[in-house]
Amino acid sequence: MLEIKNLHASVEGKEILRGVDLTLNAGETHAIMGPNGSGKSTLSYLIAGREGYDITEGEILYNGKDLTDMAPEDRAAEGVFLAFQYPVEIPGVPNTTFLKEAVNAARRYHGEEELDALQFVKMLRQKTKELGISDDMLKRAVNVGFSGGEKKRNEILQMAVLNPKLAVLDETDSGLDIDALKVVSDGVNQLRSPERAILVITHYQRLLDHIVPDFVHVLAHGKIRRSGGKELALELEEKGYAEYNVEAA
Amino acid sequence: MHSMNTPVNTTAPFAGQFDAVSDQLPGLGLSWLDTRRQEAITEYNGFGLPTNKLESWKFTRLPRIADNDFRPVGPQDGEIAVETVPSLFDESAEGHRIVFVNGHHRPELSNIERLPKGVRLESLRATLERDPTFVEHYLSDLLGDKSAALNALNSAFMDSGLVVHVERDVEVTEPIEVIRLNGKTDTPVIRHPRNVIVVEDGATLTLVKNHSGLDVGGYLTNAVTDVHVGDGATLRHYTVQAESLDALHLANVNVNVGKDATYEAFSLTIGGRLSRMETNVRLTGTGGHCNLSGAYLLRGREHCDNTTVIEHLTPDATSREVFKGVLDDDSRGVFQGKIVVHKDAQRTDGHQLSKALLLSDRAEMDAKPELEIYADDVKCSHGAATGQLDETSLFYLRSRGIPEALARNLLIQSFMGEALEEVSDLVVREVMRDRILHWLPAQCYLSEEWRQE
Repeated sequence: MLEIKNLHASVEGKEILRGVDLTLNAGETHAIMGPNGSGKSTLSYLIAGREGYDITEGEILYNGKDLTDMAPEDRAAEGVFLAFQYPVEIPGVPNTTFLKEAVNAARRYHGEEELDALQFVKMLRQKTKELGISDDMLKRAVNVGFSGGEKKRNEILQMAVLNPKLAVLDETDSGLDIDALKVVSDGVNQLRSPERAILVITHYQRLLDHIVPDFVHVLAHGKIRRSGGKELALELEEKGYAEYNVEAA
Repeated sequence: MHSMNTPVNTTAPFAGQFDAVSDQLPGLGLSWLDTRRQEAITEYNGFGLPTNKLESWKFTRLPRIADNDFRPVGPQDGEIAVETVPSLFDESAEGHRIVFVNGHHRPELSNIERLPKGVRLESLRATLERDPTFVEHYLSDLLGDKSAALNALNSAFMDSGLVVHVERDVEVTEPIEVIRLNGKTDTPVIRHPRNVIVVEDGATLTLVKNHSGLDVGGYLTNAVTDVHVGDGATLRHYTVQAESLDALHLANVNVNVGKDATYEAFSLTIGGRLSRMETNVRLTGTGGHCNLSGAYLLRGREHCDNTTVIEHLTPDATSREVFKGVLDDDSRGVFQGKIVVHKDAQRTDGHQLSKALLLSDRAEMDAKPELEIYADDVKCSHGAATGQLDETSLFYLRSRGIPEALARNLLIQSFMGEALEEVSDLVVREVMRDRILHWLPAQCYLSEEWRQE
């Protein structure tokens, strides 16, 4: 589903990724771990299409299609989703409206009829029940006045509503206490399916106790330095990233 | 057509038009008014139009105007056919409204039959015929100040205008809409409307001014509005300025707010080539409150200036200002906000905020907050910020599949939302929101319920 080949990328002239290779198949959950500044967030932004990140070499293929020149909204409509580390507050725009606009934008993209208010609310109710999201959170402006846990739950709700094929979760555990972490992880686990690939980006192993990955990769100095099964995360937890703190030869 | 009895100052266009029109002006033969007009024209002729040399006109430059660029508006300009009256409210509703076309009152387009007892709503001309002492009592007198030359020019001509009078303790529950349709004249005209709004002690009124251009052509409005809000009274004074693309719209609003009274003003500017709205509020009774807020959305080479002066003269009064602007293309926004807290105005609470969003590299915003405080127990804050659409927010919306144009619109609406919250009348707030929505550049796929929230 996602094939990243020899990806080099820079931000404001500074090279951050130096040849990343990564393949995700449908039904798989991968975790990318790595020290701060290793390029984890850059990778997630490149997949979602944020401006200001230049690919200098290599490519990102999504279902065989090159994503490089696609606008973020088109990637989203094609099924790419990024859960933000720091979800953005949008005052004055009610959460429900935001979700409905997002769903209908994707439907328009695919030439499908838009959902009317009733159909949308029916669909939404089901998802919010599963994620334990209150009506109040839907009425309030997007992420405004939300606690850290509410913001992350809101990200997972967006993911559930948009039903992506590829979901990238950027430091979804940051700012969460143990209880919130469990709620968010349960939400993600419910969304695991044979048709969907999930890429979990995290600094800490604890998230992976809840969202157990099929594969773990270590990203350091802009390169995947090691790949393995879920046991690799435990090893990193024990030893830390010290051995990756030197540039690869 | 200009008689030249008055010596003409070249920087004082229109002064030369005075003698030619003076026998057609409202209130002809009232000696106090004739004297006033004479004094005012002499003063204006000495001052000329304001220039950038004046501190309060530093950021707004009036175009060079020759005497014959705009002819005085005449009765025939008010007779033109109007097929539909563009009310801000539901067209089918039987709301109170008074319609003026190029300053000329059009009773057949108006609807004032259902006004409660104790409310006067008519043209200045009518009041000057029936009850001139009322006008004499409430007209402001700002002579002697060079920066108020436009007030003097208006005081000389006062060719049209509106009088609103709400008697003591009368509550007008529905808004009164004042629709001013301008333009579509054979050659560009100048008008000098003078409005008098008096809300007596304990009375309540919501007044919505709707200035609409009838076509794209140019004309000049030099309006002065004198407002009196009596003790314990409430006036909500809203303006939607959607003048023609080439119109010049100059307005001075002079307000007196009594004890425990509330004056709430909100202006939405979406039209006009150049507009300046200058509001002077005097809080003259303890516990008075004023809110001067507004929103402006500009494109092309539009220029919008909101200048406010709030004077706290008595203790325990509060004032609040929130102005937000969206500037595209080569447009220019100006906000000047001065708060003067006089010596006796203890426990004054003043808050002022100006924010602008620049959608283009060429757009420009000048904000000048000014506090003058002579009392010692005072709470005053001000802030001014100018920025661009937040790139992270834009990416966030787009990453959820929302197309860029719609994402930008959503963020502009989000930005404007903070200003709209200042409009306490919820029906009017939605009217304003709707006008903002229609200003936005790209087609907007917004769901109905969003507008209602």
